[in-house]
Amino acid sequence: MQIVRALLTRLATTLVTLLGAAIIVFVVIRVVPGNPIAMMLPPGATEADIERLKTLYGLDKSIPEQFWIWIVNVVQGDFGTSITLRQPVFDLVIGRLPATLELSLMALLIAVLIGGTAALTATLYRDTKIEGGIDVAGGVALSLPDFLWGLALILVLGVLWPLFHISGRVSPSLGFDFQSNFFLLEALLRFRFDVVFDLLGHMLLPAFALAIPLAAIILQLLKQSLKECMHDDYITLARTKGYSETSIITRDALPNAILPTLTLIGVQFTFLIGGTVIIERLFSYEGLGNMAIDAVINRDLPLIQGIVLVFALLFTLVNLLVDMTYAALNPRLRHA
Amino acid sequence: MSYLSIQDLSVRLRNGLPLLRKVSLDVKAGEVRALVGESGAGKSMIGKAVLGILPRAVRLTGGKILLDGEDLLALPPKTRRQRIGAKAALIPQDPLTALNPSRRIGPQITDRLVDILGWKRPEAEARALELLEEVHIQSPGRVMKSYPHELSGGMRQRILIASAFAAEPKLIIADEPTTALDVTVQKQILKLIREMQERHQTALLFVTHDLGVVSKISQSLSVLYAGKVIEDTDVRAFFDAPRHAYSKALLAATPKYTDPDGSLMPVPDNIIAAVEREVAAFDAQMNE
Repeated sequence: MQIVRALLTRLATTLVTLLGAAIIVFVVIRVVPGNPIAMMLPPGATEADIERLKTLYGLDKSIPEQFWIWIVNVVQGDFGTSITLRQPVFDLVIGRLPATLELSLMALLIAVLIGGTAALTATLYRDTKIEGGIDVAGGVALSLPDFLWGLALILVLGVLWPLFHISGRVSPSLGFDFQSNFFLLEALLRFRFDVVFDLLGHMLLPAFALAIPLAAIILQLLKQSLKECMHDDYITLARTKGYSETSIITRDALPNAILPTLTLIGVQFTFLIGGTVIIERLFSYEGLGNMAIDAVINRDLPLIQGIVLVFALLFTLVNLLVDMTYAALNPRLRHA
Repeated sequence: MSYLSIQDLSVRLRNGLPLLRKVSLDVKAGEVRALVGESGAGKSMIGKAVLGILPRAVRLTGGKILLDGEDLLALPPKTRRQRIGAKAALIPQDPLTALNPSRRIGPQITDRLVDILGWKRPEAEARALELLEEVHIQSPGRVMKSYPHELSGGMRQRILIASAFAAEPKLIIADEPTTALDVTVQKQILKLIREMQERHQTALLFVTHDLGVVSKISQSLSVLYAGKVIEDTDVRAFFDAPRHAYSKALLAATPKYTDPDGSLMPVPDNIIAAVEREVAAFDAQMNE
């Protein structure tokens, strides 16, 4: 009963958040200079031509009126048609979303693995040169933003030593016939490891670019919490029982130290999804972010709105997921 | 035959300041020895050295710790750890912080049996239930599934006692196990420790600053001042006629209900000065 109520409250706040995001974007892209009509018509078009096109796309109406028409259609599942690509926005977004999801989840996985391992290692070797070395590496990782890491990776691992692909999502020469847009997942499920290999060759560099700063943040916070936990009495008691330092850190300290890091990962993951916009552009990766930039350049209003709505939905979902994991991991919150 | 024999144990801070000065003491099998002294005398440090949980800021500079005839300090770290886990156990001071808040009670009692001593899980769980009954916990099955925050301080201390006896260790070190509890619970816990110690025939090193407790629980005691054992005797002899002047003053400083109001008697300054001189002389002798 309590869970149902919590979920309903959550759903309501999610809807309000989405509506808010929709309104802001809707208004902003109509208020800023530049409009789709100007992008479409050749120079020297007459006033009459402009008016005709405006009427065609409903841009002659007031902004609240336009919003009302759009939102009524959205509720009925119609997200409109892209002005430049002339395809339903819903199909376009759904087609690209898996690419961005795969990329950002891969980046998250890498960040958690590297950041977590580094934090555990630094705790095991605390107050030694090893901890110092890990701290320095973390500082370096944090000193550059994701897109500069992207550029650095392209230059070193794409150009200097061309070990990875630096453009696109899959090699067309592979001739693999994908049935879905979750390329990596599909290739894995069909045991086509040659395709998996090719996909990873494309995905790893952008994923690492996104993951490096996040890994450093995870390292710093998790290490801090772990080191604080290592002074606790239950750790001392576990020592007298005969456990090794490694199992004490992973079994006794980690579950208690992980909660702040988990919250942070949630917040940072939404930033990471935001980061995909530039990273996808940099690596010509055919995801939602890359499409978003094109849509903004072309003032493709329906497409921008659709993409923003999906991003907003993703963000709220991530937050919901974090809250649920938090409750599952912290017994003190479960009955509250 | 002593089950635990500490010989000339020295512990120093990293900067060289001595915390334990050639401490020697024996705990016979099945015996209860109290370790008394004021705050900072090094009582807890001895227990920590035996259990291998000295803080990182201090180091062991000399001596032997024989547990069941085996010198712990001569063993490789892994063997030492497992030997301590199998043969000794700690009853910690503060029951509110000594249980892991994110783990259920059951595994916290059985973990040592399963992971270190290689018991089967069902056997270990049966053993835990039995122990919880021994420490008078109602509905032990439910408690096994609880988290620490769901239980009271007294309950948690009972659980920690049960957990200490889980592997049938022949030595238990109790580090001021009643200090963090309120007075009514203190008495019950003390009685329980005594009861468990007798039933399991365990040697007990009982660290305390409360001489009233000492007379109730122990057969022998060591008095510690500034990391040096200044008196090592059996309890009756101590309460009848302490030999050392500091012990005498310490005993006289214990408040009694029969005392008139406002008659608290601190250890006199001249006696403190005398002990300090004694310790300094000892240090000088060692440095020669």
